Amino acid sequence: MSKPKSHRFDTLSLHAGSAPDAATGARATPIYQTASFVFPDSDHAAALFNMERAGHVYSRISNPTVAVLEERAAALEGGVGALGTASGQAALHLAIATLQGAGSHIVASRSLYGGSHNLLDYTLPRFGIETTFVDPRDIDAWRAAVRPNTRLFFGETLGNPGLDVLDIPRVSRVAHEQGVPLLVDSTFTTPWLMRPFDHGADLVLHSATKFLSGHGVVIGGVLVDSGRFDWDAGAARGKFPTLTEPYHGFHDMVFSEESTTAAFLLRARREGIRDFGACMSPFTAFQILQGIETLPVRMQRHVENTRKVVAFLDAHPLVEDVGYPELPGHPDHVLAKTLLPRGCGAVFSFNLRGTRAQGRKFIETLNLFSHLANVGDAKSLVIHPASTTHFRMSAEDLAKSGITEGTIRLSIGLEDPEDLTEDLGRALHAAGKT
Amino acid sequence: MRISVNGGECYAYTGFHRLDPAQPTIAFVHGAANDHSVWALQSRYFAHHGFNVLAVDLPAHGRSAGEACATVEAIADWIPALLDAAGVAQAALVGHSLGSLAVLACAARHPERVASVALIGPAAPMLVSDELLAAARDDELLAYEMIVGWSISAARQLGGNTVPGMWMTGSALRLMERTRPGVLHSDLTACQSYGNGLVDAAAVRCPVLAVVGGRDQMTPVKGARALLDTLAGVRVVTLQGAGHAMMAEQPDAVLDALRTFLQASPRR
Repeated sequence: MSKPKSHRFDTLSLHAGSAPDAATGARATPIYQTASFVFPDSDHAAALFNMERAGHVYSRISNPTVAVLEERAAALEGGVGALGTASGQAALHLAIATLQGAGSHIVASRSLYGGSHNLLDYTLPRFGIETTFVDPRDIDAWRAAVRPNTRLFFGETLGNPGLDVLDIPRVSRVAHEQGVPLLVDSTFTTPWLMRPFDHGADLVLHSATKFLSGHGVVIGGVLVDSGRFDWDAGAARGKFPTLTEPYHGFHDMVFSEESTTAAFLLRARREGIRDFGACMSPFTAFQILQGIETLPVRMQRHVENTRKVVAFLDAHPLVEDVGYPELPGHPDHVLAKTLLPRGCGAVFSFNLRGTRAQGRKFIETLNLFSHLANVGDAKSLVIHPASTTHFRMSAEDLAKSGITEGTIRLSIGLEDPEDLTEDLGRALHAAGKT
Repeated sequence: MRISVNGGECYAYTGFHRLDPAQPTIAFVHGAANDHSVWALQSRYFAHHGFNVLAVDLPAHGRSAGEACATVEAIADWIPALLDAAGVAQAALVGHSLGSLAVLACAARHPERVASVALIGPAAPMLVSDELLAAARDDELLAYEMIVGWSISAARQLGGNTVPGMWMTGSALRLMERTRPGVLHSDLTACQSYGNGLVDAAAVRCPVLAVVGGRDQMTPVKGARALLDTLAGVRVVTLQGAGHAMMAEQPDAVLDALRTFLQASPRR
């Protein structure tokens, strides 16, 4: 008996989760644009509702097209399963709401996407969930922030917008010492650049709007479970009653007994998606699946282009500094070599020398770069964080996150890199004359 | 539920129901380096359809304490102790892989305790390759990858899980990774060293169902042939396209085979 072979990443990005449609032979994953699914008979219906048989009931809870995406995301991340959500924000909320309620606490990196910061700092306290934000590079700060009611650690693989590289091995070790899981937002890196589960993370979320779909045409999120965290054991004991105690909302099911490795996903689907309803549409799932099919080749080109643009900007006299972990001056340069050997993604920030007016002139002179609030598009994008994505943050918090009035964030697309550097050079020249 | 079996704490999934003395009981016995959760859909169905269910974690597996049973015969003798602890006089036994050997041996050694047996993915002898045994001894993570690679059919390794959103390969691997050190090697050695399969099969008098996977590489159909030929009156269901992990690959087909068999078998 020869040793079995497992499929590699590029193959899984095309095939995982899918099969030619049994009814029609369609090679592409069909868009099952239906709200509901017909039951063969009453017994079968009851068995589906009671989780005695597998299948689909209602597209808010599960849908065949979305399920293909969920399976593919889990395969690429090396998890046990996944849930598609209406957005990346919905995935973050779903993760939190599945694990904890009023009176609980989160320790999070302070270098987060502005939307995530809003949810944790302004919205969740209204529902009794507090967050302590820490410098993601300060491992002792993570530990010191833990309270008896802490239920989750949260950070981004590459912090926003300074690209702090989350030291997942060390942060996850602290989390596990405290009996809590580490949730990682892996939107900027995608599993092609890094699989957080390989380094100790327990849960991963993506805004699939970004590189996974890759073309800026859909809003969607994915939440993946590694299946490794033991909700019952050791330091975690008693901390996660949503998973380890009977749930009256589903026949007194104890999710950690029902499924040894997928208790979190079971609860997230049977309660979170069911009750909060932030599900993904089948058409959105189809678009994201199309994107993932080319994820490996796109990410490779994104990174190659980014390196050329970073080198151009780093050498330009009107640029104060460039924050990209592959540059020797970046604080996480060494860590990035270990955790992100394929590259540090295609989103980064730089600081212009000069006034706010010069910054505005720079952005308005760009032709190929689109000025908008998004990243991870095939087309190159630009934004001024202080006035857009992070505008709700105080000046002090902005400074802590490494953002100044002159900070410009770029998302490098798949255009010819010479055209991109020419566009940037033209805009910098115009800004210099302002 | 947690019960004490032979002085060791044992876990058995019951579908979160109390055992009803008026109902027949089914005991589900998992395979090597697995636990009760491999029966999730099937055990939950029966727990809600007129049966008591005891989907056990064998000693040293899953949530159960103690040392792993070193032989198939030891598991076979442990099952009546489980039934004693649960207050069950007789049960239908359903076993997968190593568990199929255990329930077969139990039916032969303790016929008064066994109403019927269902063998899922059986073979006798159940040969284990030297390569896998060595990996189980020296590099358990490699051994888990080998087993998962051989247990799930090629088509299902790419996807198409009937449970929405679940990656079958990842789920199977992660479950095995939870196994305590040394347990997989003990389980595989138990399979390899069980030489009484055909003798025990000839001694079984209760109704027997065998479910085999058409694409099972761990216990291929041809490896089960001698056993099936020895079992008197065995009902055989072949799941075309299914690998060894057939409860996950074709959960409804396994359930339907069990329903037909168990609901037709005499209830004592």
